[in-house]
Amino acid sequence: MADTILVVAEQREGRLNRVSFETIAAAQSLAKDTGWSIEAVLAGDNLSAPAAELASKAVARVHALEAPALAAYTSDAYVHALKAFLAEKQPALVLFPHTYQVRDFAPRLALALDRALISDATGCRFENGKLLFTRQMFQGKFSADVSFADDTPSATLRMATLQIGAYRGDEAQAGPENTTAPVEHVTAAVANTPPRVTPHEVFQESGQEAKQAVDLSQAEVIVAVGRGIKEQKNLALAEALAQVLHGEVAASRPICDNGWLPLDRQIGSSGQTVAPKLYFALGISGAIQHIVGMKGSRTIVAINKDAEAPIFEIADVGIVGNLFDIVPALTEEIKKATA
Amino acid sequence: MKILVCIKQVPQKDAPLKLNDSATWIRDDVSWEVNEPDAYALEEALRQKEKHGGEVIVLTAGPARAQQVLREALAKGATGAIHLEDEKFVHLDSANTARAIAASIEGENFDLIVTGLQSDDYGAAQTGVLLAEILGIPHATIIIGIEKTDTGLHLKRELEAGHYQYIDLPTPAVLTIQSGINKLRYATLIGIKQAKTKPVRKVAWAEVEGRLSKNLQQIERLYIPHKQKQTRLIDGPPAEAAKKLVEYLRNDARVI
Repeated sequence: MADTILVVAEQREGRLNRVSFETIAAAQSLAKDTGWSIEAVLAGDNLSAPAAELASKAVARVHALEAPALAAYTSDAYVHALKAFLAEKQPALVLFPHTYQVRDFAPRLALALDRALISDATGCRFENGKLLFTRQMFQGKFSADVSFADDTPSATLRMATLQIGAYRGDEAQAGPENTTAPVEHVTAAVANTPPRVTPHEVFQESGQEAKQAVDLSQAEVIVAVGRGIKEQKNLALAEALAQVLHGEVAASRPICDNGWLPLDRQIGSSGQTVAPKLYFALGISGAIQHIVGMKGSRTIVAINKDAEAPIFEIADVGIVGNLFDIVPALTEEIKKATA
Repeated sequence: MKILVCIKQVPQKDAPLKLNDSATWIRDDVSWEVNEPDAYALEEALRQKEKHGGEVIVLTAGPARAQQVLREALAKGATGAIHLEDEKFVHLDSANTARAIAASIEGENFDLIVTGLQSDDYGAAQTGVLLAEILGIPHATIIIGIEKTDTGLHLKRELEAGHYQYIDLPTPAVLTIQSGINKLRYATLIGIKQAKTKPVRKVAWAEVEGRLSKNLQQIERLYIPHKQKQTRLIDGPPAEAAKKLVEYLRNDARVI
């Protein structure tokens, strides 16, 4: 498989994680430049259904790497099974979605194969016979082009994970009409010793479900605050603005970590993903983890004292200045304008 | 429990950063602070020590300036520190950083190693996991709750989109800690005073160099991100800027 990009797809309880299609889209885009073919592998048990979904895309083959020991995710079982599979197949490049699960096992897998893992890339391209991955650095203040050391065209087992949302899953090309890729069921290698981590059921906090508190994904206007709000009592400024716009108040992670707003109002990779008509980012610097949760918003307004803050990279309109002066003035103006 | 906390010194969140001459890293003349998730890892280690006894050793790798984060950790209650002191440690990839850490703690027999889930500078989210692989011990990532049991640890893991999972694992183990797992403490005056007398073991580059391999990945170029959008910037005093913004939202964006 020296001329193959292998996409490591993800499933939980037999359901395909849709971000797997983003990774396929990335592989398809890169394959245009490298001429490499694309295959996918899925680890778990009884994978016919999710494997068939993958096989509907334009990939050459889907490997269903199966064993009862892989039914519930553990890093030990995944590393063992995938290490044996990859060592045998030797694909040129292995791409993963940068999910929490991948973050848990992929570094160990790479090291067990004595290979490098370039993690959380937002893009990849092939330039002068060399793979270059774009990464966000310093919380998005810089980008970097990262390469594998001693990269040669014939190298194998280069490994990289791709940031969620960096590619569009709906742009993953389907296979030619009425054809699906062959699915190959492979018996996964299983270690003689049981996994050291004992996993229990995945759950949601019952409080969150019961309360049905706030569904930010339905809000047309969101006023989100970040560290720049400084103190809990200053949330009143955001609440006043949200009120005149009939919007919801939300926050970046540090605000919820401080307990100033409940977790269900957190926007970003560990919270909710939203795409309202109008999104205010007040005192939010725009770290990657926040951006992934709101970049689909139609109009993004950023108010921040730091002109270099990454939030201005994705804002449609921005004011560099003190939010404590600007937000009250803005609330008054909107009151007037919408009266 | 004997706990190791791996922490990193990173540029302060608001610090304006400049590229170095070769545009492969930032210039060193900025203000620094401890990587935020690492601060939560330290706090969690201190709480475990307070509950179950034992010691908390903090470790960092970096030039002389990095000693500041060790001093702060000692002031908060860590019992000892290890400083892998050399500018060269800054330029190791995650795997080599983990190798250097592993080499420097040989024979120490920690029951638990904790670190932040990722750094605010490189953000690879790999060093902790790789350290576990090198040490041949289990690990768990993105932890938001730790409970000691008779056989090991009962942990709460954060998953995506508001999901969670409890897992059990034996010690010794490496955990990567999520921000917000606890409330951070401030150092007390007496703590700051005591910190000055606590031991800091220095580890030189030469002591671990033999255990490192070639970096398998490298930064070719660091640059200001390409702008994805044309941002209209509004200036003027607050009232005027607010007025212009409302006009924009009404007439151009048509969202209010």
